[in-house]
Amino acid sequence: MTDRVSFWEWIGFRSVGGIAEAGWGRTLVVAVVSFIYFLPVLFIIFTAIKPQGLALSVPPTLSPTSFFGLIPDQFVFTPTLDNFASVFSRVMTAGGQPESTGFDRFFFNSIVIASASVLLALVIGTLAAYGFSRYPLKGNDTYLFVILTTRMLPAIVVIIPVILMFRAVGLSGSYLGIIMLYAAFNLAFTVWMMKSFFDELSTDVEDAARIDGSSEIKVFFKICLPQVVAGLAATFVFGLILTWNEFLFALLLTGPDTRTVPVAMNQAVSSGGRGTDWTLLAAIETLFLVPVFLATFFLQDHLLRGVTFGTVRK
Amino acid sequence: MQLMSTIRSAKTAPALLELSADNWRLAVLVGLVVSALAVVTLPASGSFWVVGAMSALVAAAFAVNAYRRRYYGGLLVAPAIAVLFVMNIFPLLWSLGLSFFAYQSNLQSIRFVGLNNYIKVLTDEVAAPGNWSALINTAMFAVCTVSAQMIVGFLLAMLFAKQFPLRKYLLILVLTPMMLSVVASGVFFTYYYDPTFGILSYVINSVAGGQFIVMDSKAGAVAGIVFADAWMWSPFVMLLVLAGLVSVPKYLYEAAAIDRVSAWRRFWSITFPYIRGLLMLALLFRTIEAFKLADLVIVLTKGGNDTMTISYHLIRIANEQNKTSEGAAISYIILFIVIVLTNLYLYVANPKNREA
Repeated sequence: MTDRVSFWEWIGFRSVGGIAEAGWGRTLVVAVVSFIYFLPVLFIIFTAIKPQGLALSVPPTLSPTSFFGLIPDQFVFTPTLDNFASVFSRVMTAGGQPESTGFDRFFFNSIVIASASVLLALVIGTLAAYGFSRYPLKGNDTYLFVILTTRMLPAIVVIIPVILMFRAVGLSGSYLGIIMLYAAFNLAFTVWMMKSFFDELSTDVEDAARIDGSSEIKVFFKICLPQVVAGLAATFVFGLILTWNEFLFALLLTGPDTRTVPVAMNQAVSSGGRGTDWTLLAAIETLFLVPVFLATFFLQDHLLRGVTFGTVRK
Repeated sequence: MQLMSTIRSAKTAPALLELSADNWRLAVLVGLVVSALAVVTLPASGSFWVVGAMSALVAAAFAVNAYRRRYYGGLLVAPAIAVLFVMNIFPLLWSLGLSFFAYQSNLQSIRFVGLNNYIKVLTDEVAAPGNWSALINTAMFAVCTVSAQMIVGFLLAMLFAKQFPLRKYLLILVLTPMMLSVVASGVFFTYYYDPTFGILSYVINSVAGGQFIVMDSKAGAVAGIVFADAWMWSPFVMLLVLAGLVSVPKYLYEAAAIDRVSAWRRFWSITFPYIRGLLMLALLFRTIEAFKLADLVIVLTKGGNDTMTISYHLIRIANEQNKTSEGAAISYIILFIVIVLTNLYLYVANPKNREA
């Protein structure tokens, strides 16, 4: 018994929080389940490196290698990187020259809109969370509940007035409009998540700094903020996941210059009456998945703690 | 005490016409006058920026005033409330107002009709049946996808609840479906379900023989949509439940092991109380999301085979048929249902009510 525990500690696995430890047997079971769960995504990634002609072959081609003869030859295809190139530039009309598809612009739009709105919500929301946590107002809980309610509302309820409002003031199709709108939708959970992080800090250090004559601004930036960096990271990733793939508002409120990838992807694969271009769609989605996948991977420990909106206390 | 009162009295409010940075009353006055002038004289797109600038002026005056008089709470919270008001609460009130008028966004006329829009969308012989069937379909989708997500998410969380080698790398695999664009995953599900080329049909055809078409019947189409939706969003439920499982103190399990408590009993009396609140939260969030289900239906069936949902129906009415005020009435009916459900959940989730 003691032998096994020391072995785990020796290779670097320690019990974290209340989690018990399990061995490689659990790893094997979970690996099989996770792999099956991941299969539809894997198929999309493999389609992205398929030659275009094989996308709709019967029987379907499944894998770029035969895994040492494990997979019969009829299901194996030769991988290619052409699809990724044709995301950005391809022949649009029969017999013509390759043209730019504008996808470099759409990727740029997606990155700008998603990160700007999440950062804006993070700045405003963190200030508000700090206020709710340290200087409670009269009716503090009511304000907090109203803020949470804005997240509960079906987005569809506000979409008609937002379209009318944006048309009236000329914000339709601009960066500012969609960024502000996404920021508002991200604010609710930003405030709740960040408040839970601020609530957990001990106020002793802050009080000591105040007695030593630090201004309130200095207390916030020098003492509180450095302690919640993990919380900021978790909130950022969570907001990114929710904003990155948003389709409905982007479809109705972005113009040709500010179009995001999900909208452009929808148009690229269904236009021209040629039916869906499977390998192209898969290549776009695979490229589009990379940033949010990496962000989630590196911040997943914080994410796990952040998603509970402060309902779980350590 | 003496000192405190001198400090406070040193910061008296400035007189109305005194030109100082914290004179918010003067700022409000100037702001209102200039905005009113701008709205009357300039076109909407121009007056928007003037009103915006005036709001900024008033906000700045309030901010300086709050800082000088140490209302830090209000100062910190105000920007968030302002953004929410402009982008969520104001459109919401506008939408409520619109629902009492007869208005189409492609026509100029607007006329007050009271509750007629609500009566029309609920009882009219032409319009109402479509609304009702979409609403019933949505309720059915909500029950199916939410229960599927809860079960799958819970089971996945149980799998990941222990620390084991490579856990981090396997967890990210399960989280990936959540990060996919609904457009791409939806379109790929049409491929998986495709009767001629699809993988599912290929497998079933080669085993059972004959042509198998998944999306051919209502049951098949619903199952197809529910499967895709549950696959994408079970990881979200898993994250919440997993966070709850991680929070259970280990010594409780150790005590239970010494007392030789059965696994079933251990789950209900130790684990479940820790994850009950989070299960409720997941249930609430996913039910609200289920009422928004539209994009997957658009991609997979376009509402065919009687799979129209209320959100998709609303998009069609409001955006494609330009029946703006009817759409607003429908949105308020959805909102009412969601608020009732939310309060029902919160009532059940509250431990005080559960005991009674």
